[in-house]
Amino acid sequence: MRENASQVLSILEKYGKSQSSLMQILREIQEMEGCIGPDAIDLVCEGLNLPRTKIVGTASFYSFFCLEPRGRYRILFSDNITDRMLGSEALLERMCGKLWLEKGKVSEDSLASVDTTSCTGMCDQGPAILVNNIAITRLDEARVDDICELVRSEVPLDKWPSAFFHVEDNIRRSDVLLSAQGAALEAALEKGSGAILDEIGASGLRGRGGAGFSTAQKWDACRNAQDPEKYVVCNADEGEPGTFKDRVLLTRQAERVFEGMTICAHAVGAKKGMLYLRGEYRYLLENLESTLRKMRLENRLGRRILGRNFDFDIEIHLGAGAYICGEESALIESLEGKRGTPRNRPPFPVTNGYLDHPTVVNNVETFCAAALIVQQGGKWYSTIGTEKSSGTKLLSVSGDCSHPGIYEYPFGVTVRRVLEDCGAQDPRAVQVSGPSGTMISDAEFDRKIAFEDLPTAGAFMVFGQNRDMFEVARNFVHFFAHESCGFCTPCRVGTSLLGNLMDKMHNGHGSTYDFEEIRKLNGILQSMSHCGLGHSACNPVLDAMKKFMPDYEKRLLHKNFTPAFDLDWALQAARQMTGRDDRAAHIERGAQ
Amino acid sequence: MARLKVATATLAGCFGCHMSFLAIDERIFELVEHVEFDRSPINDIKKVGECDLGLIEGGLCNSENVEVLREFRKKCRILVAVGACAINGGLPAQRNPIPLSVILDEIYLGEAGIAHGVIPNDPELPLPLNKVHPLHEVVKIDYFLPGCPPSADVIWKFLTDLLAGREPEFGPELLHYD
Amino acid sequence: MKSFLLDGERISFEEGETILQAAIRAGKYIPHLCFHPEFRPHGSCKLCTVKIAGRQSASCTRLAAEGLEVESETAELNAERLLLTQMLFVEGNHFCPSCEKSGDCQLQATAYHLGMTSAHFDHFYPNRPVDASHPEYLLDFNRCILCSLCVRASRDVDNKNVFALAGRGIATHLVVNARSGKLGDTDFAATDKAASVCPVGVILKKGKGFSVPIGSRTFDKKEIGEWVDTRLKERT
Repeated sequence: MRENASQVLSILEKYGKSQSSLMQILREIQEMEGCIGPDAIDLVCEGLNLPRTKIVGTASFYSFFCLEPRGRYRILFSDNITDRMLGSEALLERMCGKLWLEKGKVSEDSLASVDTTSCTGMCDQGPAILVNNIAITRLDEARVDDICELVRSEVPLDKWPSAFFHVEDNIRRSDVLLSAQGAALEAALEKGSGAILDEIGASGLRGRGGAGFSTAQKWDACRNAQDPEKYVVCNADEGEPGTFKDRVLLTRQAERVFEGMTICAHAVGAKKGMLYLRGEYRYLLENLESTLRKMRLENRLGRRILGRNFDFDIEIHLGAGAYICGEESALIESLEGKRGTPRNRPPFPVTNGYLDHPTVVNNVETFCAAALIVQQGGKWYSTIGTEKSSGTKLLSVSGDCSHPGIYEYPFGVTVRRVLEDCGAQDPRAVQVSGPSGTMISDAEFDRKIAFEDLPTAGAFMVFGQNRDMFEVARNFVHFFAHESCGFCTPCRVGTSLLGNLMDKMHNGHGSTYDFEEIRKLNGILQSMSHCGLGHSACNPVLDAMKKFMPDYEKRLLHKNFTPAFDLDWALQAARQMTGRDDRAAHIERGAQ
Repeated sequence: MARLKVATATLAGCFGCHMSFLAIDERIFELVEHVEFDRSPINDIKKVGECDLGLIEGGLCNSENVEVLREFRKKCRILVAVGACAINGGLPAQRNPIPLSVILDEIYLGEAGIAHGVIPNDPELPLPLNKVHPLHEVVKIDYFLPGCPPSADVIWKFLTDLLAGREPEFGPELLHYD
Repeated sequence: MKSFLLDGERISFEEGETILQAAIRAGKYIPHLCFHPEFRPHGSCKLCTVKIAGRQSASCTRLAAEGLEVESETAELNAERLLLTQMLFVEGNHFCPSCEKSGDCQLQATAYHLGMTSAHFDHFYPNRPVDASHPEYLLDFNRCILCSLCVRASRDVDNKNVFALAGRGIATHLVVNARSGKLGDTDFAATDKAASVCPVGVILKKGKGFSVPIGSRTFDKKEIGEWVDTRLKERT
C-alpha cells in the first residue's frame, strides 16, 4: 500500500478534496487497487475530513465498490430475465467450473470471482458480463472458454480481444430524434431563455424517465426558485432492467445530450451541470469526456459560451451499481457522495436539490428531445404523437424476437405494431417499462405506448409462448430485493419476504396459504413504502397473478400449509456428522 | 355438553410453560369439569388421540419434535403454540446463526468437548435439525400464547374464552414476551 | 391557531410542525419507532403511517396543514402497523426473555400495543456477533431495527459520528467509527447522547443488568401510548 499512498493522495487532489466527489474518489482508488482497503480509507478520511463511518456507509451501499479484494478479475454476469433466456445461467456455471471457483466466492489464489449483477443494459446483445466493470457482450460457450483462458494466464484486460468489448447500437427504427442533424445550441442562445421555455411549453414535452412530468413546468419551477445557485442534472442511471436506449443515445448523440443540458441551464440560470452515468456504462466515460473537451474547445461549454454572457460546464459522475439512484432524490444524494437513499419529499429537487440548491433532473432522452424542440420548434413537435403524449419514444426491445434493438416511434404506437416490426413470433407477453412497469398479455396487444395508456421508460421485453411468467416475476422480485436501499421497513424486509415466498413456490412448497401471503405483502409494499421502488416491487407479481394465473397454479402443489424448506434436507448436516442413514435419520416428506 | 379433549406436549422447551399451566392452581378443578386430558406429560399418556385442542410448548430442534408436531396437527382441531420457544424458537434458536456442523464439532470433537471425540450416533437418538424452527414455520398454528412462560392467567383466559366460544383475546396487561 | 383533524378530533399545530409532532403534543399517540421528539424526523420505520385523503403517508415527516383530515386509529392501519412490527421481529434476533431491555423496549411495547402474539413470518435468524470491546458499553446488533437514532444522536448532539448505517437492502447494518470496527476503538463515551437513545436493546451499559425487577419496568407500569405522552410532558 505504501507505494500507492501517493497515488491515492493525487486522486484526492484531482477532485480538489471535495466531499461531494467521494464516489469518484472511491471509484478511482478501486480501479487502481482492485478494492477500497482500510489504508486507502484512512487516507480518504484524512484528505476529505470525513469520519470513517461516512465513507464506509457510502462505499458499502453500492454493489460495485468492494471493501475487500474480489479477485484480480471480478466477473459479474448480468442477471436480467433476458440474459437468462439467452442461457446466462449455464454459462455462469461453465465459467465457475472452468475457473474452479464457487459463485460469489473469490478463488483461493485471489485470481478471480464470478457473481451476478442486476441488468447491465446489454439485453439486445446478451448474455452480457462486466469484467472489472467493463462490459463484454454476446457471451457463448466459446467466449466463456476464451475468457477463462485469458484469466488463467492473467492477460491484462486491455490486451483482451477488442471484439469482446464491442457494443452494437442496433438502431432498428429511427424517427425525428434519432435522425436529427445539426446543432441546437446556437439557435437556442439566439432565442433567449424565455423563448426556450415557451418552445418547451408549446411542445408538451414530458419526462422520458417514465413518470412523465411536464418538462416545461420543471424548468420553470427551477428558474423561479429564489436561490441563484442552480444545477442541471442528466439522469443517465439507466437501471430499469431491459432498458438500454440511453446507452445508444450517449454513444450516438452525446453532444446533443450535452446541448440539451446547456439549453436547460441557459433557461433556468444554472452554471453547473452533472451527468450521472450508471457504473455499468463505465466504458462510455472516455468518449463522453472527449466530447466535453471538444465542446469546450469550440466554446460551446465553459466560460462565455459562444461569446455570450453565459457560463456553464458539465461534469460526469459515475454511479457504482445501485438501481435506486435512478430515483431523482437518491441520485442527488449519490452526487453528493452519500448513500443513495431517496429523500423525504416535499421539498422537491426543483427547489431543494443538489447541495440543497434548485436542481433540474431530467432523463437523457428528455434533454435530447429538448434540444430537438428548440431547434425545430415546440409547435412542430407537439403535432407528433398523441394529444397527451407528444413526440416520439425510444423503445429498447429485447427478449424473444429476431431483431432486438432500439426502435423510435411516435407516441401512440400499438404494442402489436412493435411486435411485428421486431419480428416477435407468436408472443405470449410483453413487459413494458421493465419490472416496475406493466406485464401485458396477448389480449392487450392493441394497447398504445403513451402516458395515457402504457407509460414507459423504454423497456420492451418480449416473451414467447414457452416462457413461464411466474419465473419472470420471480426474477423481477429478486431484482427489487437486491436493489432495495434498505431505508424503510416495508421495502427492506418486504421485498426479501416476497422473494422468499416466490422461491418457496418455485421449490415446490407452495400452497394457497403462500398465495395469500403474497397478496398481503403486496398490499403493504404498495401502501407503506418510502418510494416508487417499494410501490412497484409487487407489480410484476400482481400482473402475473392476474394475467397468467395458470403459471401460478402450477406452483400451488399442496392443499395445506407446507414449510418453506425441505424437512428431510434439514437433517442432512446431522446425518453427515453422525454417519447415520437409518430410517429414523430421515423425515418423511409432505406428511401433514 | 361433551368435554373438550386436550393434549399437550413439550418439544424443544424447558417444561416451564407446563409448570405455568399447573400454576392455575385450584382453577384446575373447574377446568377438569370442562376438559379431558389426552396425551400430556401431566398424565404421562404417550400417544395422542383425536383432540379438540393441542397445546405445544417449545420449538423444533430435532426430527422427533417434527414428528410429534405433525401428529398433533393431524389429531387436533385447534393447535396452539405456547410460550416463547414455540413462537420464535426461543433460547434453543440462539444457535441458529452458527452452522450445525460447527456446533457439533465444538461440543463433541473440540478440546473442551464433552464426549471425547465422538458425535453420538445411536439410532435411538433423534437427529438435530440444521436450525431450530418455531412451530408456525412447519405446520399451521391456530393460536399463539406468548410469554416465557405465559402466565397462568394468560393460559386460563385463553382456555375460558375458548370454552365459552369467544375469540381468545389478551389485553395489554396479559400480553408479555418475557 | 391552525388545526387539522386526527380521527375526527381537532389538533392544533404550529407552523413547521409535522402531523406526528402536533399529535404527540396534543397527547395523541400514533405508533412510531424511529421518531424521537429531540431529533429531526427520519421517516424510515413507517409505523407512524396515517391515511390522508385516501393515501398513506408517514406522519413524522408529513407537515401538518390546515384542514387536513387524518385517519390513524383504524383497523386497517393498525393491521398494517402490526405487519411492519412483525417484519422487524423476523429481520433481527429478538429473544425477549434473555434481553435486559425487555420491559423497557419500545419495539416490544409497540408490539404489545398492536396486540402481536407472534412474528407470523419465517424468521431470518441473521448472524450478527456482539461487540463487547468497549469497557462500559456493549453492542448487541441482533436487536438493531435500523432506526438510526444513535446515528443522529452521535452526529447531531455529540458531534462524533460514532455510528452509521452501512450496506444496502436487507444487508443494511450498523457500523462504528473505527478501522477495527470495534466500539472500544472509537471515542464513544458513557456520557454521549447516543448512549441513551436506543429504543431497543442494542446499546447496553455493562456491569449491571436486569436491575429493575419485572413489574417495575417502564412498560410494566405504562402502556406505550401513555408513556410517549408523559415523556413529552417531562420535556416541556
